[in-house]
Amino acid sequence: MKAHHPHRRRVRAKFATGIIGLVLGAIAFQFFRVQVLQSSDYKLQSESNRLRPLPTPAPRGTIYDRNGLIIADNIPGYAVYVLAAPRDSMKVSLRRLQPILDLSDPRIEVLEGRIRRNLPLLVDVDADLDAVAALKERSNEFPGIYIEMRPKRRYRSGAAIGHALGFVSEIAADELATPRFTEYEQGMLIGKAGIERQYEELLQGTRGVRILEVDATGRLVGSFAGREENPSLPGEDVHLNLDLPLMEWIHSIFPDSMRGAVVALDPADGAVLALYSAPTMNPNDFVGGIETDLWNELSSDHRQPLFNRAVLGRYAPASIWKLATAGIALDAGVVGPTEVMPVPCTGGITILGQYKRCWNPDGHGFLDLAGAIANSCNVYFYQLGVRIGLDRMLDAGTRLGFSRRCGIDLPEENPGVFPQDRNFWVDVFGYRPLEGEVLSLAIGQGPNDQTPLKMAQFYTALARDGSAPAPRLLKGTDPTDSWRLELSRLAIEELRKGMRGVTSPGGTAYFGTALEHWEVIGKTGSGQNPQDPERPHAWFAGMAGPWGGEPEIVVVVLVEFGESGSRMAAPIAAKTVDFYLRRKYGIPIDTIQTLAEHYAAGVPAPWARQ
Amino acid sequence: MILRLIRYWAIDTQLVGLVLILTLFGVAMIYSAGVLNDPSPVTTGAWMRQLVWLAIALVAFTLVSRIPLRWFEWVTMPGYVFAVIMLAATKVIGTGAGTAAGVESFIDLGFVRFQPAEFAKLATILALARYLGSRADEPATLKDLVSPAVIAGLPLVLVLLQPDLGSALAFIGILFAVLFWAGTAPWLLLLLASPGVALILSFNTLIWSGYFVVLVIFLYMYRYRLYLVESVSVFIANLAAGTIAVPLWNSLAAYQQNRILVFLDPGVDPRGAGYQLIQSMVAIGSGGLTGKGFTLGTQKRLDFLPEQHTDFIYAVIGEELGFIGTLLTLITFALILYRLVSMAEQAEDPFAGLVIFGILGTWLVHIFVNIGMTVGMVPITGIPLPFVSYGGTFLLMSWVAVAVAARVAHEEP
Repeated sequence: MKAHHPHRRRVRAKFATGIIGLVLGAIAFQFFRVQVLQSSDYKLQSESNRLRPLPTPAPRGTIYDRNGLIIADNIPGYAVYVLAAPRDSMKVSLRRLQPILDLSDPRIEVLEGRIRRNLPLLVDVDADLDAVAALKERSNEFPGIYIEMRPKRRYRSGAAIGHALGFVSEIAADELATPRFTEYEQGMLIGKAGIERQYEELLQGTRGVRILEVDATGRLVGSFAGREENPSLPGEDVHLNLDLPLMEWIHSIFPDSMRGAVVALDPADGAVLALYSAPTMNPNDFVGGIETDLWNELSSDHRQPLFNRAVLGRYAPASIWKLATAGIALDAGVVGPTEVMPVPCTGGITILGQYKRCWNPDGHGFLDLAGAIANSCNVYFYQLGVRIGLDRMLDAGTRLGFSRRCGIDLPEENPGVFPQDRNFWVDVFGYRPLEGEVLSLAIGQGPNDQTPLKMAQFYTALARDGSAPAPRLLKGTDPTDSWRLELSRLAIEELRKGMRGVTSPGGTAYFGTALEHWEVIGKTGSGQNPQDPERPHAWFAGMAGPWGGEPEIVVVVLVEFGESGSRMAAPIAAKTVDFYLRRKYGIPIDTIQTLAEHYAAGVPAPWARQ
Repeated sequence: MILRLIRYWAIDTQLVGLVLILTLFGVAMIYSAGVLNDPSPVTTGAWMRQLVWLAIALVAFTLVSRIPLRWFEWVTMPGYVFAVIMLAATKVIGTGAGTAAGVESFIDLGFVRFQPAEFAKLATILALARYLGSRADEPATLKDLVSPAVIAGLPLVLVLLQPDLGSALAFIGILFAVLFWAGTAPWLLLLLASPGVALILSFNTLIWSGYFVVLVIFLYMYRYRLYLVESVSVFIANLAAGTIAVPLWNSLAAYQQNRILVFLDPGVDPRGAGYQLIQSMVAIGSGGLTGKGFTLGTQKRLDFLPEQHTDFIYAVIGEELGFIGTLLTLITFALILYRLVSMAEQAEDPFAGLVIFGILGTWLVHIFVNIGMTVGMVPITGIPLPFVSYGGTFLLMSWVAVAVAARVAHEEP
C-alpha cells in the first residue's frame, strides 16, 4: 500500500488543502468584489427595486370672479392606481377593479394600452367614495392597488360658466407630444378649453413626488400613504374680470330652447363681464373623465353644446354692422355727424347702376346719420358706402380687426371673415369685384361674418371715445391689441343718438329694452343665414348706463334663428345690463325688468315714457 | 467531567463543534429568511422544523458514531445496491416537493418524505472506499478507473434522470475526491475529466479545436504509460463529447438552457431566468461590508430574493451580515474541510481516509456550486448548502456523514 504510506498521505493532504484553499479563496474574492468593490451599484439597485416614485398632483389654483367669488376650486377626490408590475398582473388587477370602479370594457382596453413598465397606471382619477371604501376595506384582496387622495376640480356654478372656463381632464397622448406639454406626464389633469386651458401653466402648480415601498409582487408595504419626498406646490390663483352672478343670471334667462351667445364688456377697460354660449355644458361632467354616454350625447347633439358660439361662432352681422359703416365714414371724414343725405329714402335707390331696395317699401324720407341708424335705413347706408368707397371700406374694416382675432385671452377665437382687399373676391369667388360690392358691405352683408365677441369689442369703441381695447378675462392685465377710430365727441353723440332711437318710444326695441333705472341704447339686426332663410339670426348690440351718464356696460346678444332682434335678442340684452347695473348700484334685483315684461305681468311702470 | 462527556459523545470535538455551530447559525438564518413583510406559512415556521430535524440528526449522529468501522464495511455493498434500487424507484414513484416541485427526487413514506439521493451519496462513498481501499495498489491506468467510474456513474445517471443536476455534480465530486485519495496520478484524473471538459468547450469550435490539439499532444507524450486502447478511448470519448454537445444541449429542458445562458449573461432575460441571479447579486452586493442587519434585508423581506431559506440562503447571509458574515461563514467551511483533510491524513486505514475524502468531495461541490451560483460564478443549480440550507433529509444525511467521518477517524489503531 504505497499510496497510503504516511509520507504520500501528507503530500496529498497538502495538495488537497491547496485545492480547497483555491476554491474557497476564489469564492471569497468574488464576494469581496460584489460586496465591497461594487457594493454602491447594488445598493442603488436594491433601493430602486423596492421604492417606487409616484408623482402627486398639485392642487390647481383657485379661479375667482371680479367680486372675489370662487368660480372653480378643489375638493378632495380619490385616484386609484395600479402600481407597476409585470404587464399580465396589471391586467389582472384591472379586471378585478372593473366591477368595483364600474369601468366599461372599452375603458379597460384603453387602460391596458397605457400600461408601461415601471410606471404606476392611473385607473380612475375620480373614484366614488363607495368604491374607495370598498377597496380600502378589502385592501389585501387587491395587491398593487394604490388609492391616493388628490384634489379634484369643482366648478361651483356648473353649466353657467362652462364655455368661458373650459374644464380639466386627463392629458391626451397627442397633447403630450406637443412642445407646450413636454414637462407633463400621462395621467395628469390639464385644462382642456377656456380659461383652464389659457392659464394652464399658472393654475397647474408643481407636482410633488411620493415614494412608495413595494415588494416583489408590486404590493405596497409600510404605511399606505408612502413618504412625501417633494411636497407639491399649489398652482397660482387666477382672478378674472368675469362677473359670476351675471353669468348665472344670463344662464337663467337665456331661453332653453334657443342657441346663441351673450357677451358683456366693461367699456372702461375692455374687461369681459360675461361670456356665455347656449346651449352650454357642465364642466363638472368632464372632471375625472367624462362618461362615454354623456360624451356621445354631447358630441352628436346637433345643437352643438360643446361649441362656444361667443368666440367661435361666425355670423353675418347684418344691421348691427351699420354702426361700423357709420364709424368708418366719420373716421374718414366723408360725412358730417349731422349731415342729411341728399337723396331721400323712397323705399329704394338707383345707385352704381343698380336699383337697391330699403327694407321699408314706404321709404324713410330725408335722414341724417342718427335717423338712418334709428330706422336702419338701407338707402342712407348705400350712399354712405359709396362715399367711403370699396377700397377704403376694406382698409378700415381690416384695420379695425374684422378679419383678425381681437386678442381675448382664450385659447381659441375665430378671426371672422372680412376682405382685406379686392383680391379676396378673386381668391374666394374667382372674379374681380366691382365698386358695387361696397353696397352689401355697408349694410352688414356680403362676405362679412363676425363673432359676437368681435361685435362687442366694436361697440366698446362707441361706448368710449372711439378706441377699443382688446377684451380681457384675466383681471389686471393690459390689453395687448387695440385700435381706435378718430371720432369727435359730436360724432359719438350722434351715433348714440341713432342707437337711442332704436330703444326709445317709437323705436322697434323700445318695449323690450326700456328699463326703470338705466338707459339702454343699441342696434338690432337680422342676420340672413343659409340654413334657414325664413328665420334669420337675431342680433342686439348696445350699451347701457345710468340715465344721462356714460355707458357702463356693453352687451351683444345673438340668438340663432331668433328671427327678430328687437323681440328676441334685445330683451335678453336689457335684462343682462339691468342685472349688472342694479348689482353695481345696490338696487334689489327684480325679475320683471323690461317694459314688455311689466305689461305682460300687469305690473305698472310709472317710469315708462310714452 | 462534562467536558470529558462531551468529548466522548462528539468523538471529534473540533469537527462536530464546527458543524454544530454552522447548523445553529443556519437555523438562525432560516429564521431570518422567514421574516418577510408578507409572511408565508412555509418559510415562517421553517426554522422550527429545521430545529426538530437537527434534534433527529443529533440522535442519528450519536447512534451512527457508535457503529464499529467494520460494520460499515459489511453493509457497504447491500447499502449501495439498496440505494441504487431506491433511486430507480424514485423515478417511478417519486414526487416533487416544495420549491423543487419539478424534480421527482423524493419518496413519500406517508409520515415523512425522503430524498434517496442523499442516502445514495453516502452509500456510494462507502462503496468506492471499500473497492479502492481493498486494492493492493493505487490506480495506475485508465482501466483501473473504470470500476470506480461505474460505481459512481450508476447513481449519477439515475439522479440525472430525475433530473437533479446538483446531486449529479456531487457524485462527480465524490468520484474524483476518492480517486485522488486513492493515490491516482493527477494526470490520469485529468484524462478522466477530459470528455467533460470537451463537452463544455465544444460550444466554441475554435477553443475546442485548440483543446483537442493539446489533448492529442498529451496522449502522445504519455504513450508509454498508457495502453493503446486507453489512448484511443480517451480520444474517442473526447471526440464524442464534442459531437454530442449540440444534441445534448437541445435535449435540455428550456429552464436548464436558460440557467446556463443566464449564467453567461444575467442580462439576457432580467424578468425571467436572469431574475433570480440578478436579485441574488443585488441582495449580496447591497449588503456591503457589514450588511443590513439580521432579519433586516430588504431584498429578502420584500420577496425579491428567490428560495431564500433553501438554495439562496447564502444571499440572505450576504445581504444581512455583509462581507464580514460571508467571509466568516466561508472560513468556518474552510476549517471543517481542513479538519477532514487532517483526519484523512492521520488515518492509517485506507478505507477510513477514502470515506473521509468522499465526504469532503460532496461537501466541496455543494459549497462551491451553492455559494458560487448566488454570485454568478456557477450556473444556477438546485443544490443546498450543507448544514445551512433548510431541508430535513439533507441535514440528517450530512450529520450522518459527520458521524461516519468521526467514527472512521476514531477507530484508527
